Amino acid sequence: MTEPLHEVRLRVNGTPHQVRVPARRLLSDCLRHDLGLTGTHVGCEHGVCGACTVLLDGAPVRSCLLFAVGVDGQEVTTVEGCRAPGGGLGPVQQAFVDCHGLQCGFCTPGFVTTITAYLRANPDPDAAAARAAIGGNLCRCTGYQNIVASVLRAAEILRAGNQVRP
Amino acid sequence: MKPPAFTYHRPATLADALAVLAGTGPAGKVLAGGQSLVPMLNMRLAQPGHLVDINRVAGLGGIECRPGLVRVGALARHAELAADPAAAVALPLLAEATAAVAHPAIRNRGTTVGSLVHADPAAELPAVLALLGGSVTLAGPAGYRTVPAGGFFLGPLQSATGPGEVAVHADFPVPPPGTGTAWLEVSRRRGDYALCGVGVLVTLDPAGRITAARAGFVALGPVPVVVDLAPAVAGAGAGAADWAAAGRLAAAHPDLAPEDDIHASAGYRRHLAGVLTARAGALAAVRAAAQAAERAAEWAAERSTVEGVA
Amino acid sequence: MTAARIFGEPIPRREDPRLVSGAGRYTDDIDATALAVAFVRSPSAHASIVDIDVSGALDVPGLHAVYTYEDLTGRLAEPLPLLIPHPALTAPRTAYPLARDVVRHVGEPVVMVVAADRYAAEDACDRIEVTYRALPPVVGLAAAVRAEHAVHADVPDNVAAHLVQEVGDAPAAIAAALYRLRLDLTIERSASMPLEGRGVHARWDEVDRSLRVYSSTQTSTSLRFALAAKLELPVDRVEVVTPDVGGGFGVKIVHPWPEELLVPWAAIRLGRPVTWIEDRREHFVSSAHERGQAHEVEVGFDGEGRILGLSVRFQHDNGAYTPYGIIVPVITSTQLLGPYKPGAYRVEFTSLYTNTVQVTPYRGAGRPQGVFVMERTLDAIADHCGLSRVDVRERNFITPDEMPYDHHMTFQDGRPLVYDSGDYPALLAKLKKLVDWDAFPALREQARARGRRVGIGLACYVEGTGVGPYEGAHVRVETSGAVVVSTGLTTQGQGHETVFAQIAAQELGVSLEDVTVVTGDTRRFAYAVGTFASRAAVMSGNAVALAARKVRGKALRIAADALEADPGDLDISAGVVRVKGSPGAEIPLRTVAVLANPLRYAFDAEAQRATQFAVGGGTDTPPVAEDDEPGLEATDYYSPIRSTFASGMHAAVVETDPDTAEITILRYAVVHDCGTLINPRIVEGQIHGGVAQGVGGALYERIEYDEHGQLVNASFMDFLMPYASEVPHIETDHQQTPSPLNPLGIKGAGEAGVIPVAAALASAIEDAEGLTGTGVRITDMPIGPARLWELRARWADEDSGRDGR
Repeated sequence: MTEPLHEVRLRVNGTPHQVRVPARRLLSDCLRHDLGLTGTHVGCEHGVCGACTVLLDGAPVRSCLLFAVGVDGQEVTTVEGCRAPGGGLGPVQQAFVDCHGLQCGFCTPGFVTTITAYLRANPDPDAAAARAAIGGNLCRCTGYQNIVASVLRAAEILRAGNQVRP
Repeated sequence: MKPPAFTYHRPATLADALAVLAGTGPAGKVLAGGQSLVPMLNMRLAQPGHLVDINRVAGLGGIECRPGLVRVGALARHAELAADPAAAVALPLLAEATAAVAHPAIRNRGTTVGSLVHADPAAELPAVLALLGGSVTLAGPAGYRTVPAGGFFLGPLQSATGPGEVAVHADFPVPPPGTGTAWLEVSRRRGDYALCGVGVLVTLDPAGRITAARAGFVALGPVPVVVDLAPAVAGAGAGAADWAAAGRLAAAHPDLAPEDDIHASAGYRRHLAGVLTARAGALAAVRAAAQAAERAAEWAAERSTVEGVA
Repeated sequence: MTAARIFGEPIPRREDPRLVSGAGRYTDDIDATALAVAFVRSPSAHASIVDIDVSGALDVPGLHAVYTYEDLTGRLAEPLPLLIPHPALTAPRTAYPLARDVVRHVGEPVVMVVAADRYAAEDACDRIEVTYRALPPVVGLAAAVRAEHAVHADVPDNVAAHLVQEVGDAPAAIAAALYRLRLDLTIERSASMPLEGRGVHARWDEVDRSLRVYSSTQTSTSLRFALAAKLELPVDRVEVVTPDVGGGFGVKIVHPWPEELLVPWAAIRLGRPVTWIEDRREHFVSSAHERGQAHEVEVGFDGEGRILGLSVRFQHDNGAYTPYGIIVPVITSTQLLGPYKPGAYRVEFTSLYTNTVQVTPYRGAGRPQGVFVMERTLDAIADHCGLSRVDVRERNFITPDEMPYDHHMTFQDGRPLVYDSGDYPALLAKLKKLVDWDAFPALREQARARGRRVGIGLACYVEGTGVGPYEGAHVRVETSGAVVVSTGLTTQGQGHETVFAQIAAQELGVSLEDVTVVTGDTRRFAYAVGTFASRAAVMSGNAVALAARKVRGKALRIAADALEADPGDLDISAGVVRVKGSPGAEIPLRTVAVLANPLRYAFDAEAQRATQFAVGGGTDTPPVAEDDEPGLEATDYYSPIRSTFASGMHAAVVETDPDTAEITILRYAVVHDCGTLINPRIVEGQIHGGVAQGVGGALYERIEYDEHGQLVNASFMDFLMPYASEVPHIETDHQQTPSPLNPLGIKGAGEAGVIPVAAALASAIEDAEGLTGTGVRITDMPIGPARLWELRARWADEDSGRDGR
């Protein structure tokens, strides 16, 4: 007996989508496999590592702890949606490149979305605040130091009016 | 780690939710924030046949500051409560403890009431409810019932919520004027479950002497433990109280039942209970005294205005 | 015009734009339509399999296949390979791809399920009933040594290997020494724990009759050989591609995993692409762990703190199987020596089986344990003699004029342990300056007066890097001017796309933007060893340089012919070959590339343009000379005579809470010598990441098995990897003593950060606790507040006992 499918409407990175998924389909899997947005990564499926973090109506959440059906009608932003409007790197993404804020890149999407939301609410953090802001995401490669620098650099880029190198 | 299949319900009203739960019996679990439930589903430690998603039920949201209490609706997220300005003024302890829950992404989705119903002895909010003497109101087939904290937490991960019931709000009483509070915890990593957490409440009389002092503990027993610290500090001035003695009283208290686990021994947890009680007590007393000083200054300003006019 | 400085510059990474924008391609991103795989894994640490009943799974919607050991045939039914034999490994044992009759650790794969998606696969697994008959589990070194029960029935003493290495007569030297000390030191098990677990995607092409496998691996070339052997396919019909990999840290060098064989096998049988992506719990219980060792140390020294004799006996817990041999304890044995020259040295280890996950290298690979032993021993000596910890180390250092220094031992590469270069006294001076070592005692006293406990510690290490046997590279200049570089080893975040491009660009005289790098793809480069042991930059970096130099040489030869100049008068910069001092006499490299390939057909503008240059010897010589080949490309290999030895020193300032015993790192300083730096920013990043793992291992991480062999903390909730709040800001300084062993003078840097952290922190915590003069008290790592609190009580007891109070 197959599972019933539910119609789910999601707006992802500004684009409306409609999928038919079982109720238990995690949002992380829906984004990755049903919508082909593989930028969001899955590291633990118990909410601790943060690699799956996306923005739900602008607020960071663990997409591995949400069912797609449960966020029907809501707005999701993934790392792909953090690009610049013209398609180039967004300010947080550019900051990571400038500051060597990533190595393997697997945890990076969760940091990018988290920091994007954080800087909207806190545009001028100091180093301690920046470190606290990223305190809920695990990284095994960088030791966090360059990610802290990336937060500060992103704030700088945003303050400069979002003028990033092409 | 993928969850097992379940039948999904998304009622629009509380009545619908209760009707569904009546039909599912114990096979139905309520889904609010999901930050505790979904990991269990992903690990297949729980396999409920039905999930009743109450996130769209009307009327369950909101944080209300009423006279004498802060009422937190079932769908109020930890993040909302931690950021609510009125609640922070009325009940700083609640905001302080909530800010210690996990990490922002968890707080954006997890709910205060959900945390209470989940009744994890390692969680902050049950200890806060117990310390403040709050209650949880449940809606069920027979109507509403309100269960005080003392009767709500029955055991580890066991609350008084019945299978056909939905918790609709929790009430956190505001302590009397002259009360200062503090929350301290020790965890292995920032944001982890506490090895030991303490909320302390200290009330001063108008003369600045301690009339009440209580501590509520996280992770020191199967349910939240509340200890009366008055025997150690009652009657003393806020700045002169022997908080070390209060700490020793707490650490030796028979209701404390810490356990060994891979992160800490029972002995160390008990030791922390004493240390943190002393520190939190002193801090709460300082805050109580500061509040009193503020109120005295306000009164003096009022009086001089009145007298000036007169 | 001189070549822009590219080599040695902190150039931003080429791979970053795609990774930060979510366009990386990790194994699970490759094919959303592939079938999925899940495994029924043993819930028991040791049991015989009585029955496997799959009937309950057969009607699960989406099920495609269920396999047990009974279904495996040919070489697949044999045990997995023993990758690195060793004469001392007298009782090696490896697992079967699916358990055969017996399971020996929780997590061992028993049944493989293939289904439409992972959800369905897990549903099917839930319905499969395996009946086990429990056998007594062996958990922990003590139980393994007691050998009341055996992990392998035919290895009754649980001993996989026993090895003694000695130089001089350590026991005699110790006995004759003025002073003697005994220490027992343990390090607990931890794990690599990359954020991306293992994954395999396999596709069989029925038309070509060829297999392509993508694996999140550290060695695509070796996996290819293993696949060909085990699936009985011709090697040239098997391709292995390493996609983007979310971290390895050693665990992904093991190959072939059972899953790496079974998934392609299923793809062939089912005629469909198949993907397996492990979840976090699987990674905990079925990949690999490392670090658990228990050491007994005896040291004899003089009044100046000089080590006259050092004898170390240790036990290594290798888990249930030994696919990677005994590399880890061998590395401990040799790298324990660090930058020091003890008068005589004896090291003996026993590697024992337990009913736990297998143990294979994790960043550091035995060095953290060895360094912990040596550094704690030196601290103990300093304490005993009333000398400073810094002075004792200096007195035992190998000095620069003693280089190259032969320890008369055999290193993990089977070659003599000879340190090629290094300046340890200078490194120590740099460290002291960086962390303000000399000013610290005053700070400590000030803090103490205010009721705070702060302390400082240091630790030194030497790391053998760039082990052979070889790596190779291929460099080709295309007619578009693009430079394509391929090397066979793999990448898991080390920035190879950038650093190898830097090397090639610098050697060839082209701009960095013109160079692209491919790693870990057997279609592009088939002879390689893999990424591990801090070898990639040394090995492939030099191979890229050598190949690029060959290409440059050929380019100059052809250009000289075309420009009617002498090759010695030519220079290449910005992709153009110019005659020095003759503006206008030039030819772009892309045109040289055309000239290098004498084709009958001119099918693009470049080819047509090239006809203006007359090259070649005329009609009495062949268009392609006897010793030449078409194309502006070359392959070369770098094969080292020995490993090259990097070094470093760390210092930590910590604070301990007098009441809660919480431990906070206030400062962390690293001085590091990996020879010539290709990209200083990437090297620093490696150090930061290594230190973070070191902090994890010292203060937080511990794989916890209970006495039944159940892994109690198989999740990120209870296996405590550090967040940003737990990792300090790291101050670094570099020293460069170039390696004389390779053309670029580089030494490896990948593991450095993690190696001395536990030792440095233990030393600092003791200093904060005011234990100077009482001997070495912190002997077991990791240490957390609960443990420190208990130790304080014990120390107080010991001290009051000692004082006779």
